[in-house]
Amino acid sequence: MKPFHPAPGSVGVVKPQKARFTTPLSLKSGAVLPAFELVFETYGELNASGSNAVLVCHALAGNHHVAGLSADAPQQAGWWDNLVGPGKPLDTNQFFVVGVNNLGGCYGSTGPVSINPETGKPYGADFPLLTVDDWVAAQARLADHLGIDCWAAVIGGSLGGMQALEWTLQFPDRIRHALVIASAPQLSAQNIAFNEVARQAILSDPDFHSGHYYEHGTVPARGLRLARMIGHITYLSNDQMGEKFGRQLKHGARSFSYGADFEIESYLRYQGDKFATSFDANTYLLTTRALDYFDPAHAYGGDLQAALARAKADFFVASFSTDWRFSPGRSREIVYALLHNRRNVSYAEIDCASGHDSFLLDNPHYHAAIAAYLERIEL
Amino acid sequence: MTEIFGRFDFDVIARWVVPGERVLDLGCGDGALLAFLNKERGIHGYGVDKDPKNLLAAIGNGVNVLQFDLEEGLKGFENDAFDHVIMSLSLQAVHHTERMLREMLRVGREAVVSFPNFGHRSHREAISRGIMPVSESLPYQWYNSPNVRFFTIADFETLCADHDIVIHEGLFFDEGRRVEEDPNLNADVALYRLGRLGKY
Repeated sequence: MKPFHPAPGSVGVVKPQKARFTTPLSLKSGAVLPAFELVFETYGELNASGSNAVLVCHALAGNHHVAGLSADAPQQAGWWDNLVGPGKPLDTNQFFVVGVNNLGGCYGSTGPVSINPETGKPYGADFPLLTVDDWVAAQARLADHLGIDCWAAVIGGSLGGMQALEWTLQFPDRIRHALVIASAPQLSAQNIAFNEVARQAILSDPDFHSGHYYEHGTVPARGLRLARMIGHITYLSNDQMGEKFGRQLKHGARSFSYGADFEIESYLRYQGDKFATSFDANTYLLTTRALDYFDPAHAYGGDLQAALARAKADFFVASFSTDWRFSPGRSREIVYALLHNRRNVSYAEIDCASGHDSFLLDNPHYHAAIAAYLERIEL
Repeated sequence: MTEIFGRFDFDVIARWVVPGERVLDLGCGDGALLAFLNKERGIHGYGVDKDPKNLLAAIGNGVNVLQFDLEEGLKGFENDAFDHVIMSLSLQAVHHTERMLREMLRVGREAVVSFPNFGHRSHREAISRGIMPVSESLPYQWYNSPNVRFFTIADFETLCADHDIVIHEGLFFDEGRRVEEDPNLNADVALYRLGRLGKY
């Protein structure tokens, strides 16, 4: 076998770890998980006082493999490898960084694919629906397991940003800094509408079998594929899509058929196919539902200012100019509610052409702002 | 833009600010004034600046900074949210001067503004020679200036009088030294502490 060398600034080859929790977890839905497992990775060293721990929360399709190369798939760099590593903005020479696959996920943490101890069969559709609160409660168990009383920071983009925000509300004394990136205080009707179309694509796939497709030996690949295609449209900006694909024809001429004539069609089909073979449909459903339900202001009659009054952390909020899924205006709502509560907050509105996906890219101003903010965290 | 001003205005502003106050600094640049007020007065402050370089510098200086565009106004800020709203040497770079002042006095109990005095002797001399002034307080050429409003101390005081803006205090400087006599002629920079007459 040819030896491979991780790029400079990489945390190198990482082995995922697993933690099992046997104290029952009461979920927002009223259901109780008697026990569960979380798969996670860590990078860097936890210092003696435990003051340098940073939790990275993933978005819809993410997982615990945040940085470095996976021991199982050496060519696969972590999804936020451009941000996390030695000498990178989230510097693993300074911080002990934790990536976790959320509860209900399909990358090794307990989820719909796992065996239901009551039936001996995969949970499938019987896996309880989860909320962002539940994810954070499960992440807190992992923090206990790792001996982390208080995170130096919790960081996430999109749905990950919602988890960082939720940390400041559910565990105000266990987080010093929240980095909430390309996120929103709740979904808009339009956001929910896109989720609903994506879910309907899965739910109406004949291979879905009401969520018990594992037993039928099928995968609702057509549904997942469509769901992902819809998602991808919302992750990119119109300008960027125009620039990247325009009206380019894949084979130089129109085929007068419904094949993938245009490059954009080919791109969406490719993304859809890739996702349909690597992601679980039940996890996709419950994750989009968790997004829909996230709304800290709900319990306060819609008053976000009142909802954020519990928070004690300092905040870094960032948005991207061309993100129409979670537009800068949504981030500003968070910022103004924090101002009302006299929280320390800095806000970056990054000029970037790449829409919602910008938060995964290494835009220099964006990364410099995160680096500057993280640098001033006292360890 | 505080760099062309030195720090003499910082001391004046620090005297106007009570320890523990809430301060908003519009066009905060690298956040040096807020950092100074944090250190000297233990304020709770936020800076606003749309320039990415300034955002990074201000974060690096350990202050709260918000990357908002001031031309869009302060509409997201609540009434009376701050004790002082400061705009140091940036008022001349804002299009809607009167609206900006009104907004500053809605969001803050008092406003602190400083600006280069277009009426300064050296500027008048330049104009009398038929050219636009370039000086320490107006360091740009007419074609590359970020400034969009050119006004004198006399103009500014007229604006205040016409719009129910109360001048609590005005201090005038020439190359960093206090000016008492005929400031509209002798001062290159003016610094005001403003209040509002009645409600916003």
